[in-house]
Amino acid sequence: MCGIIGLHLRNPDLYPRLGQLLTGMLCEMANRGSDSAGVAVYGDPSWSPPGRSTVSVLQIADPPTVAETTIAAELGAPVTVSMLGESLVVSADVPADELHAAVRGAYPQALIGGFGADVTVLKGVGHPRELADTWRLQGAQGWQGVGHTRMATESAVNAAGAHPYAVGPDQCLVHNGSFSNHATIRRELRAEGVHFDSENDTEVGARFVADQLAKGRDVETALKELCATFDGFYTLLVSNRDSFAVVRDAIACKPAVIAETDDWVAMASEYRALSGLPGVERAEIWEPEPEVVYAWTR
Amino acid sequence: MDEVSFDLRDVALRDVNAALHAPGLDGEFVITNPEGTHNVAVGVSTPVKITVKGHVGYYAAAMNQQAEIVIDGNAGTGVAENMMSGTVWVKGNASQSAGATAHGGLLVIEGNAAARCGISMKGADIVVGGGIGHMSAFMAQAGCLVVRGDAGEALGDSIYEARIYVRGNVASLGADCIAKPMEPEHHEELGRLLKAAGFGDDDTAAYSRYGSARDLYHFHVDNAASY
Repeated sequence: MCGIIGLHLRNPDLYPRLGQLLTGMLCEMANRGSDSAGVAVYGDPSWSPPGRSTVSVLQIADPPTVAETTIAAELGAPVTVSMLGESLVVSADVPADELHAAVRGAYPQALIGGFGADVTVLKGVGHPRELADTWRLQGAQGWQGVGHTRMATESAVNAAGAHPYAVGPDQCLVHNGSFSNHATIRRELRAEGVHFDSENDTEVGARFVADQLAKGRDVETALKELCATFDGFYTLLVSNRDSFAVVRDAIACKPAVIAETDDWVAMASEYRALSGLPGVERAEIWEPEPEVVYAWTR
Repeated sequence: MDEVSFDLRDVALRDVNAALHAPGLDGEFVITNPEGTHNVAVGVSTPVKITVKGHVGYYAAAMNQQAEIVIDGNAGTGVAENMMSGTVWVKGNASQSAGATAHGGLLVIEGNAAARCGISMKGADIVVGGGIGHMSAFMAQAGCLVVRGDAGEALGDSIYEARIYVRGNVASLGADCIAKPMEPEHHEELGRLLKAAGFGDDDTAAYSRYGSARDLYHFHVDNAASY
């Protein structure tokens, strides 16, 4: 069991409330998985300042001030850093791939949680409520957020095993279920030169989707390809800076509920995570059909 | 007798369920603000009337005996699972495994039911106003499943002796499930169930019946060498 939540806001009046709404959703799903948690927030002006790129990094032993100097030296340009829980959030006035390469160059052993122009990814080991507090998630703003509460089944309980997997620029994937042929697909992707951070099955799904997107496919095609390639159980929520998509496997035993109003689209493992959203009593609510890709764009 | 009301924002679910389990209980009860909570009104075994106002989570009204329970909203996984008798009536849609393993009673879902509706049902009657998802009536042993809309893939897979009536399209039939003729007793049975569920105006001739080909679960001595 794991819990998934996602909120894609259509009404800009709600952007200031994104973090508050996400916190409520995440904590409601805490009893589906409470060993680790993670969120991806799109568009928070302080975490991902407009016009700059952001990389979130875990497992850097250096204090933030030292890390700032080290990464700036590697990049050859100034960076700003802040700590949100265990994550060091680094931003700079350069494209995301350059900042990503500089962080990786400066700290080859560190775990990169996510990177992009608009997304900040925070994850770690612990109870979702305590993690949300350390991230100060309540105060976050933006147009879109995704979250996950983990009950580990496929790999170790550590930060590298926590979701989201945000392995491509501004991309993010969360998963409830388990892939059964992930080892084979990981081997194939490794042979193509794809780097992996963990032995986690979901990471393989995320790297597969990122690989598909990098080859120019759209998210719907990428997820259909995933359905054709992966065996196992899954409800997936896959986001990008301009899209929000849900897909379930053919058996569809892992739960999923989608709710939609003029103001937002939301998805969660269970309805109770949606029950606090404004206007939910007027929402259209349904369960996604197996192997149908549901996608919304900004 | 006055109606008793429980607001789940104020009263713990365990306390509400314990109150509903009092021996010899009768009367009418209303539960408000379920907000997707699991296990609402489970295990009730007296002929009370319970109305739940809002959407419920997993296993609502499970194991019901005798009670008439109305869910004025949507229901999560396993509504009325293992019901023994009484009535569970969902005004909205139901998630997967509605009426799973139910032995008796009537489950009405006015909207749609998701995958595995009536899985392993053992004697209950289920009437669905809309459609049902894939793998419904999987290994269904006894009782009736009535569907006013369409049925998803693999309907009635490995079915035993339950009877399925569908008005709309069936995406596909599961292993050992076949269409069967509508005899007079089937029109009578279907008409009675539709009337009980508030759909008495439906023409039973618009429905098709499905059931077991009885090829799967019988041991065929001709094949003994293969076993």
